[in-house]
Amino acid sequence: MSDAAQPEAVVDERVKEMSAFRKSLIRPELGGICGTVAVFVFFALFAFDSGMFASQGVLNWSIVSAQFMIIAVGACLLMIAGEFDLSVGSMIGFAGMMIAIFTITAGWPVWFAIIVTFAMCLAIGALNGYIVIKTGLPSFIVTLASLFILRGFTIYLPQTLERKTIIGGVRDAAEGDWLAAIFGGKILTGLFQWFGDIGLIGTFERGTRAGQPVVDGIPMLIVWAIILVIFGHILLTRTRFGNWIFAAGGDAQAARYVGVPVNRVKILMFMFTAFCACIFATCQVMEFGSAGADRGLLKEFEAIIAVVIGGALLTGGYGSVIGAALGALIFGVVQQGLFFAGVESSLFRVFLGVILLLAVILNTYIRRMITGER
Amino acid sequence: MNASTKPIIEMKNIEKHFGSVIALAGVSVDVFPGECHCLLGDNGAGKSTFIKTMSGVHKPTAGEIFFEGKPLHFDRPRDAISAGIATVYQDLAMIPLMSVSRNFFMGNEPRRKVGPLSFFDHQTANDVTMEEMKKMGINLRGPDQAVGTLSGGERQTVAIARAVHFGAKVLILDEPTSALGVRQTSNVLATVDRVRKQGIAVVFITHNVRHAMAVGDQFTVLNRGKTLGTAKRGEVTPEELQDLMAGGQELATLEGSLGGTV
Ligand SMILES: Nc1ncnc2c1ncn2[C@@H]1O[C@H](COP(=O)(O)OP(=O)(O)OP(=O)(O)O)[C@@H](O)[C@H]1O
Ligand SMILES: [Mg+2]
Repeated sequence: MSDAAQPEAVVDERVKEMSAFRKSLIRPELGGICGTVAVFVFFALFAFDSGMFASQGVLNWSIVSAQFMIIAVGACLLMIAGEFDLSVGSMIGFAGMMIAIFTITAGWPVWFAIIVTFAMCLAIGALNGYIVIKTGLPSFIVTLASLFILRGFTIYLPQTLERKTIIGGVRDAAEGDWLAAIFGGKILTGLFQWFGDIGLIGTFERGTRAGQPVVDGIPMLIVWAIILVIFGHILLTRTRFGNWIFAAGGDAQAARYVGVPVNRVKILMFMFTAFCACIFATCQVMEFGSAGADRGLLKEFEAIIAVVIGGALLTGGYGSVIGAALGALIFGVVQQGLFFAGVESSLFRVFLGVILLLAVILNTYIRRMITGER
Repeated sequence: MNASTKPIIEMKNIEKHFGSVIALAGVSVDVFPGECHCLLGDNGAGKSTFIKTMSGVHKPTAGEIFFEGKPLHFDRPRDAISAGIATVYQDLAMIPLMSVSRNFFMGNEPRRKVGPLSFFDHQTANDVTMEEMKKMGINLRGPDQAVGTLSGGERQTVAIARAVHFGAKVLILDEPTSALGVRQTSNVLATVDRVRKQGIAVVFITHNVRHAMAVGDQFTVLNRGKTLGTAKRGEVTPEELQDLMAGGQELATLEGSLGGTV
């Protein structure tokens, strides 16, 4: 037998030509893209003069969307790696409460409180992952336990230490703190002042802030969201580790056979989810100047919904960070848009349910086309 | 045949128990560079379990493994792969949701440095995948095609091409031809022959005696977790192998009615 590398015709007669346009459409994010377009068209038609598309309105829904994005990126990578984290919401409440307790009750400098809180959250994330790996239990169950445990501490600690469930005064403590500014500050304030001066965006007419632009900068929350989305997208699609994330979620045993350190990947993704939750919490505490025991309630589901709208497969191994970010954008725009449009806020849920269903149907259809699932 | 004096892998009295099941009860096999070692035996004989102790998936319950003369303990498949041992598993280890090239380089991703960062080199991965698949006689639609859209045999070919590409010293094939067409099977056998001539050791599991006879230099028959012995090429006839594989039972009575078609 000789080396059997028969030269074959380069054009495969068994493949129908697919137009470049159609090909570029068949991507995991398509559901998210369509949803985004649909939502913007909808609100442009029905709520255009509500102020939703004026600079303040844009900032408003951008902030809400950015919040969703921050937790969606973590949930997305974790879901692609084949696991869930239901403790995201509780982690947000817990992290915020720890920062407040460390600064107000313990009197630590804010930067130190933030660093210690991040370390704690990463450790809890790692513990979640470790328990899932070692026991082989579904992450659904393990993190459901964390959901209750963390929420319990978030209520218990301030009650015993301060006799209340909301700890305030963080903003004053954070004044001039270098690390707090990274979460609570704004960037491009000079640029926005200039926008105001040249009349590109409105300025306050009277009061103490007269002459200042109505939008005086980009909140760090939005900057974090953008950084996390870009980081997550590059990590997933352009690095070796990204391939391991797909592999760990696609088929852990097959991945182990070829030497992918599946356990490490999964534990790191649990830690990353906790990290995202902690960023969310820190931004929120710096914005409100306080921490409340009920913060972050139900956030885990909102994150998971955004991720699924974005095209990820609930069982892992498939998904897109860009899609998840679009899912978060849809979420934010719908929530705030209905508010601007003056629609009863309970309708938010109806709208969301419909979008969720439509996006998932479209996503499933596309995914089957790409992956040949039946 | 360059009958090398030193085996690259020596497996001595390997035992593997799964709870109360004794899958391997002391199997010894030496694998030499440049040779194809065929493992034969009935279903459940322990062939897959045996090669998994070689590739770091299972830790043997007892027994010793020497790799290039040194005692060796693979804790993870990764250790075996870094040592140059690549395996095609019977259950293939392909991920249907991922593209062919992502599967091909899974665990061994080529990287491109940009400053301090290193990225997955998709260009190289795609080119190598297309190239290697063409060598095996499969024309892919594209390297970004998901493995789930491939036929069973095409998947098997990807797994084989991957192992051939990464098997620097030892290539382990667990029933690689079970789902393949005539042309792809002959490509696989030709590939085994080619890599063997390059001095790579091949461990080849098959139920097909003709395939075994075509490329094998040594033949080991396993039966119920034990070896029935190792024979060199020319020392056994296909008929003897056939009988050994069936544990010396029943096949004799079948022989007549099937007219030697098995
Ligand atoms: N992970 C496991 N846990 C328990 N028992 C196992 C495990 N893996 C294999 N066995 C048992 O070990 C024995 C040998 O299995 P093995 O897969 O090695 O057989 P094989 O020779 O490869 O068979 P085939 O030709 O069908 O592939 C079987 O009886 C099987 O049930
Ligand atoms: Mg087997």
